[in-house]
Amino acid sequence: MRIAVGLEGSANKLGVGIILHPSHDTPTDPPSPHDSAHSDDGAFHPHSKQHISPPVQILANLRHTFVSPPGTGFLPKDTAAHHRRWVVRLVRQAMKQAKVRLEDIDCICYTKGPGMGAPLGSVAIAARTLSQLWDKPLIGVNHCVGHIEMGRAITGAENPVVLYVSGGNTQVIAYSAQRYRIFGEALDIAVGNCLDRFARVLHISNDPAPGYNIEQLAKTGNVLLELPYAVKGMDVSFSGILARVEEMAKKLEASNGSWLDPETNTTPITKSDLCFTLQETVFAMLVEITERAMAHVGAAQVLIVGGVGCNERLQQMMGIMAEERGGSVYATDERFCIDNGIMIAHAGLLAHKMGFETQLEDSTFTQRFRTDEVLVNWRD
Amino acid sequence: MTEPIPLSPSAHDRLPIPFNTSPEPLVLIAQGAESLLYKTVFLSLSQPAALKIRPVKKWRHPTLDKRLTRARILAEARVLVKLSGEGIAAGGGGRKVKDPKREGEGVGGMRGLVPAVLGLDWEGGWLVTEWIEGGTIKEAIYRGSRARTMGGSRVGLSGDDGVEELRGLLRKMGEVVGKLHACGVVHGDLTTSNMMLRPLTTIPDKSFESDGHDETSPQPSVAASASMQPQPTTTPNDSLSGDLVLIDFGLATQSVSDEDRAVDLYVLERAFGSTHPREEELFACVLHAYAHGEGSGMKGKPGKTVIRKLEDVRMRGRKKSMLGRVDVFIGKCEGCQHGPLLAAFRQHLLITEILVGHHYHWPAMA
Repeated sequence: MRIAVGLEGSANKLGVGIILHPSHDTPTDPPSPHDSAHSDDGAFHPHSKQHISPPVQILANLRHTFVSPPGTGFLPKDTAAHHRRWVVRLVRQAMKQAKVRLEDIDCICYTKGPGMGAPLGSVAIAARTLSQLWDKPLIGVNHCVGHIEMGRAITGAENPVVLYVSGGNTQVIAYSAQRYRIFGEALDIAVGNCLDRFARVLHISNDPAPGYNIEQLAKTGNVLLELPYAVKGMDVSFSGILARVEEMAKKLEASNGSWLDPETNTTPITKSDLCFTLQETVFAMLVEITERAMAHVGAAQVLIVGGVGCNERLQQMMGIMAEERGGSVYATDERFCIDNGIMIAHAGLLAHKMGFETQLEDSTFTQRFRTDEVLVNWRD
Repeated sequence: MTEPIPLSPSAHDRLPIPFNTSPEPLVLIAQGAESLLYKTVFLSLSQPAALKIRPVKKWRHPTLDKRLTRARILAEARVLVKLSGEGIAAGGGGRKVKDPKREGEGVGGMRGLVPAVLGLDWEGGWLVTEWIEGGTIKEAIYRGSRARTMGGSRVGLSGDDGVEELRGLLRKMGEVVGKLHACGVVHGDLTTSNMMLRPLTTIPDKSFESDGHDETSPQPSVAASASMQPQPTTTPNDSLSGDLVLIDFGLATQSVSDEDRAVDLYVLERAFGSTHPREEELFACVLHAYAHGEGSGMKGKPGKTVIRKLEDVRMRGRKKSMLGRVDVFIGKCEGCQHGPLLAAFRQHLLITEILVGHHYHWPAMA
């Protein structure tokens, strides 16, 4: 049985999680917990669910978000200050909730990257401190891999194509030969970033998250205006769409109700219509590149991870697409979609069990950390 | 390519007009993310055709779906028409007969090297093009590759293991892509599965009305005014000879920028390398022919400029690298002695190599 503490702070969410990986039960006690090819009766069952993640136990999963006023985004300096203010409190609370003793903890995991520099730095310092204070090994974790591994563990998906969509990242990923290969991605800004910046122009509240409020507004919108659709092969581009939709937002503010739906010429365009237009367009683009990757790789299942993955409309669209291909979509709820500490603990522990450790002098952080750089040696 | 699957009765109902009442059964050739490809006949039983259907995507908003389908079908058709030289842009309006020396430029420069458009319906979501006989270049290379690995059971014309023939094919590839770029079109999805090897001749079929021509295409119907095939000559049936025809222009754009052309070559390079790893090192023939081949529209300075741009594109690729520590040196690759290297950048947590077409083997990297 192994227990890990995970600290996450690559953006405005500070997460602390404590996870437990139960030890394998079979009498043969195989070297790798993934060796499900050998079962109790001693017979060899090749490929029996070799891709499925083993069970995990969540002992604590706490998060505190730094919310900036409407019309603004969160700046690195303020976000880092927020993380520094909250980390001790959250760690204490998590330890109390998990009821673990110091000697049970195997390692301290933290987000090495990618993300925003200053916030990552605050969390790295906290992790190093805990590691030295409690004399535990440090594990630097890739944020994207954390999302993927948590998604796999929670949903039990076998070997899906992963759509990782958040404020900082937009990638279509498939697993191959011990790496999470990136098949398609956003060429300029992430889809979540596009949504967040659009929210600012319309002064949509950032509490609990701008994307969440856009989603609620979009539910009452029904006019689809024309936005540029930028899918380039397996990649997508959002800066053109953002420029156009920001223009529309300014037009809406200036028009004072005089901007009418071009189809009917009677009903005025509302904030909800803009939210609806933006969502339908960008989500269609995401589903399209995911479908291309699925066709290329021959997969039928999709796993959506990352903050934007909480969006129910996106989940719905992806579900229809997956069904048409004879597959299904897997998604998690806001506990795991949105940045959290437990995913860092989980991915970190998986790596630690394979012998990985980050030395103190290497316990840096970085704003750019490609998903395919990580050797996923806990899978075969 | 997937095995052709005859259509099931229920699927037949979903076909657009006029194919839902087709006398000939439609044979499904391929099913991509974007479209379904069928072999069928069009307007006449003796005219085989490729039918590309873009089905409605229910997960998209219907307005968006219609808009996209229409735009994509029209874009593809426009590019093919421009390349084949059909329509007003080409021969109508009293223009002079094209100077054969400038054959590779502009409109009509790819006649015979791309499928002709036979018909389309953007509301119905389909596009019909000329059926290209033969197999894909991918299959042709696989055949040669297998023959070579099995000890050259099939000996090439020059008595070697077929490598010279393969080089010839790759040179043809470079020239055809050069012609395409010179016409102001960028394919967008160059792979060896999107290139056909159309045999120059088939054994003359006695059942054809023979009027003394060596025509390999069936009697053209009114709509098929563009089945232009080069005057065929009878050659022995070599597996690597024939016309190299480009297909699937669904992602094509009209562009003359060096960047777009370089990316087009880069896509082909990567696709070639991952599909034909054993022949990967021969890919240089393609690039050489692109910039120096007699038949390439990009011969000379234009082609060389694009190749230089390609080196930049290679460096970018998927590695969105940041500035970091730079180790610059000139010498041989220590891992495999392939040389000379121009320079290598070592970046924080990321290794990026620049060398014309080679991966540097960093010693002792995990």
